[in-house]
Amino acid sequence: MSNAKDIFLKEATTAAADGPQRIFINKALGGYYANRDIQKARFRDWERARDAASLAKWEAVNDLANTLEAFVAKFESNGGKVHWARNAAEAREIILQLIAAANAKAVVKSKCMTTEEIHLNDALEKAGYSVVESDLGEFIQQLRGEAPYHFVFPCMHVKREEISALFTKHLGTAATNSPEELTMIARRHLRQLYVDADVGITGANFLVAETGQISITENEGNARLTAALPRIHIALSGIEKVVKKLDDLSVLLPMLATAGAGQPMTCYNTLYSGPRKPGECDGPEEFHLVLLDNARTQLLADPEQRDALHCIRCGACLNVCPIFKNIGGLAYGTTYQGPIGSVITPHLRGLKQWNHLSGASSLCGACTDACPVRIDLHHHLLHNRRNANQTSPTWFDRLFHRGFNFVISRPRLFAFGGRVFRFTLPVLKKIPLPYLSAWLKTRDLPPAPAQSFRQQWKDSSHG
Amino acid sequence: MANARSEILSRIREALKVVAPKPHFKSEPIGGSVAQNAKPWLPDGGATVAARLALLTENLAKLKANLIRVPDAVAAQQVLQGIARDKNWKKVAYHSHPLVAPAVEALTCEKWEVTSSFNKQKLEGCDAGVTSCEAIVAQLGSILVSSASSGGRSLSILPHVHVVIATVDQVTADLEGCFSDMLGRHGQKLPSMLSFITGPSRTGDIERILVLGAHGPKELYVILVG
Amino acid sequence: MRISLFIPCFVDQLAPQVGLATVKVLKKLGHDVEFRAEQTCCGQPSYNSGQWEVAREGAIRALKIFRGAEVVVGPSGSCVAMIKKFYPDLLKDTPHAAEAKELAQRTFEFSEFIVRQLGVTDIGATLNKKVTYHDGCHAMRELRLKEEPRQLLRAVRGLELIETEESESCCGFGGLFSVKFPMISTAMVQVKGGALARTGADYVVSSDPSCLLQIGGWLTREGKPIRPMHIAEVLAEGLPANV
Ligand code: SF4
Repeated sequence: MSNAKDIFLKEATTAAADGPQRIFINKALGGYYANRDIQKARFRDWERARDAASLAKWEAVNDLANTLEAFVAKFESNGGKVHWARNAAEAREIILQLIAAANAKAVVKSKCMTTEEIHLNDALEKAGYSVVESDLGEFIQQLRGEAPYHFVFPCMHVKREEISALFTKHLGTAATNSPEELTMIARRHLRQLYVDADVGITGANFLVAETGQISITENEGNARLTAALPRIHIALSGIEKVVKKLDDLSVLLPMLATAGAGQPMTCYNTLYSGPRKPGECDGPEEFHLVLLDNARTQLLADPEQRDALHCIRCGACLNVCPIFKNIGGLAYGTTYQGPIGSVITPHLRGLKQWNHLSGASSLCGACTDACPVRIDLHHHLLHNRRNANQTSPTWFDRLFHRGFNFVISRPRLFAFGGRVFRFTLPVLKKIPLPYLSAWLKTRDLPPAPAQSFRQQWKDSSHG
Repeated sequence: MANARSEILSRIREALKVVAPKPHFKSEPIGGSVAQNAKPWLPDGGATVAARLALLTENLAKLKANLIRVPDAVAAQQVLQGIARDKNWKKVAYHSHPLVAPAVEALTCEKWEVTSSFNKQKLEGCDAGVTSCEAIVAQLGSILVSSASSGGRSLSILPHVHVVIATVDQVTADLEGCFSDMLGRHGQKLPSMLSFITGPSRTGDIERILVLGAHGPKELYVILVG
Repeated sequence: MRISLFIPCFVDQLAPQVGLATVKVLKKLGHDVEFRAEQTCCGQPSYNSGQWEVAREGAIRALKIFRGAEVVVGPSGSCVAMIKKFYPDLLKDTPHAAEAKELAQRTFEFSEFIVRQLGVTDIGATLNKKVTYHDGCHAMRELRLKEEPRQLLRAVRGLELIETEESESCCGFGGLFSVKFPMISTAMVQVKGGALARTGADYVVSSDPSCLLQIGGWLTREGKPIRPMHIAEVLAEGLPANV
């Protein structure tokens, strides 16, 4: 058993047994469901809009090299500088060098999961820079010293009392139970930090090849401030975020907002095409974009699952996932939680270590139905299971299924085995058999019937 | 790291040698421009001026933004004065624009025009930022500001209140049309920032409860002239 | 029409009454029913566990067993989805691809067959009970059946159908998932079963016997009064004994 799997099983089991926490998460998501349905109803044809969104991403991803090159040419002609990073270490290195070259002291960040993926904060802090997460949820998680719980709603599992106590401890503010007041505490605290920071780091939701712009989606305005006030703007993006045309965003932005947060549009959708231009009264002097591979090309090489690179990180699949809702986001131990995380983490970080996430699903398919870009999520979990079996089979599984197949390929043996099982079931229930006892721990089995269907069929006039 | 670029690009080209089938849909396939095709499936933007204005009014109300319609520039000035008085503004930032400057200059409080000798600390101390915009999208209730038309990047985001003064003919139906207008207007020289503002700044990070004014403006006023 | 029954392995061994009810209803509708006794299990447990080599053998056996059958009807959304959706996927790029596609086209889930193929919604059943419906994930999301079972239930005399807000939530069964990750599976059935129990219905009805095994198992363990019942059993209620 792999380490990641053991940790997952332990964490997931603990979380699944925490009734009050599960109720809290469900309640928090209640408002999302209602708003999402309202916004979906405003689409004249949501299902066809999903077709269009998936096609827009398909076109870019399946022509990725050309689309990226076109993007980069435009981006650089607008005055920005592109840096390519093969992996997380290179990306960290590039960013550290940029910051050092700028002689910067303070760095302000807006929410960006890709920086989580490369563990940027650790690297910056080790290098002696002060780094502040400006997104409220990320700010809270940073103070808690905890990874984001959900890649769109980072601290959705934290109760207001805990946030109040956290602020009292770190910021010395008075206790309050009002979400409004807590938000204002963070607002006041962070404002001066934007003004003082030399470098602002953001992510990117889309890269537009046609115009060389990067698009950032956010609700709070912290990314706007991060890209406006510091002298240097550094953005980090996965290579798969590119789209071909500016107007592709006319489909993708409303869908991202609707699927992700039940909004018609996220509050700020901002396109940046370069540093401050002559005649503009503010904005950064330098604009850098780090393009990250970090095993994305590995996922790209699998045509069956290539569509996982269409992901726009809306989080809809997490919000509807019964696994996510019952075990929470921390148990996954991954940057990307929920169904999409279970699909891509084995590609990004190794199938052998991470295949258990593909197994931890009832394959209900709620994620696939929710995904605005129609990623075939739950079937990809099946594909991962198959691939894991081919590359690193476990002897128990092999034996179990070979044995099972031996029985079911022989109807008489099956019928005989079934009869033995039914008659001995009362006894079997009392001995600790691997799967049966796991079932019986929380669930009953109905009493076994004396006769199977096939016996009754044979005995009746039909036979 | 000079060869990172070529290495990643060649990894991509290698990976794409096996083609992934184009997604096939239950209903008819989509040919040509994705955005053009998708237009009739997305939220409606209104076919007539009246329909667009009705949609915009409804959308802004739901977003908790304040829409005030006025007949002319003089009325816009009066409305702005009214807000400044009610909110007891001490200092207002603005940029030079034919719709904005006269309205702000008529205010009695301290006024500060942002120029290229920009001072972010000073802007931080302002109660409100007054700007023009590039366009307003009826379909979504979004205001498009840009670094060229709206006094740079910070004016519309740093002060606690953002007031947009626009004219009725700036209201476009939908996002797709807005993008094509922008490409038509600016061509290859797009402003360094284009931002769709859809309601006042907000967060739901604490227990998914909506709070306005997370980092950006707590209040958004749209004064629509004409 | 001559209907070939597709009886899932655990229905055969643990819930034969579901198979018998299926027969009764199909006969009531005036059709011949056959049961090809070489069938055992569709191979889904192996397929879901990533053992596609093993599952493929099961799929090929099923193709042979049902060769020549006019239509194949099974009282399980999940097992029918295995034949209809997953066999063609498993067997694509093999010599069996065409036959798998062809079998998929003439295989139907019980309620799908009655409503969509036969165009019938009223079987003539009577059941004076309150019931609530559980949408099995495979029936709902792989086969896109949502209204069909409800149409059948609404036509049952005396039956009151109560919807629950969790009707589309997964029960947490997921085959071997239920025993490989028992705590997550249990958490899921707590959400599902709790909502079902709160409806005050007498029965939770589903087209999927495997979901009912999970839901029923939890409900009994928790001492909740609501009982599981397969839709075929509901539709067989109040029909003359020998049709
Ligand atoms: S996989 Fe789909 S639903 Fe999940 S985050 Fe990505 S785009 Fe959203």
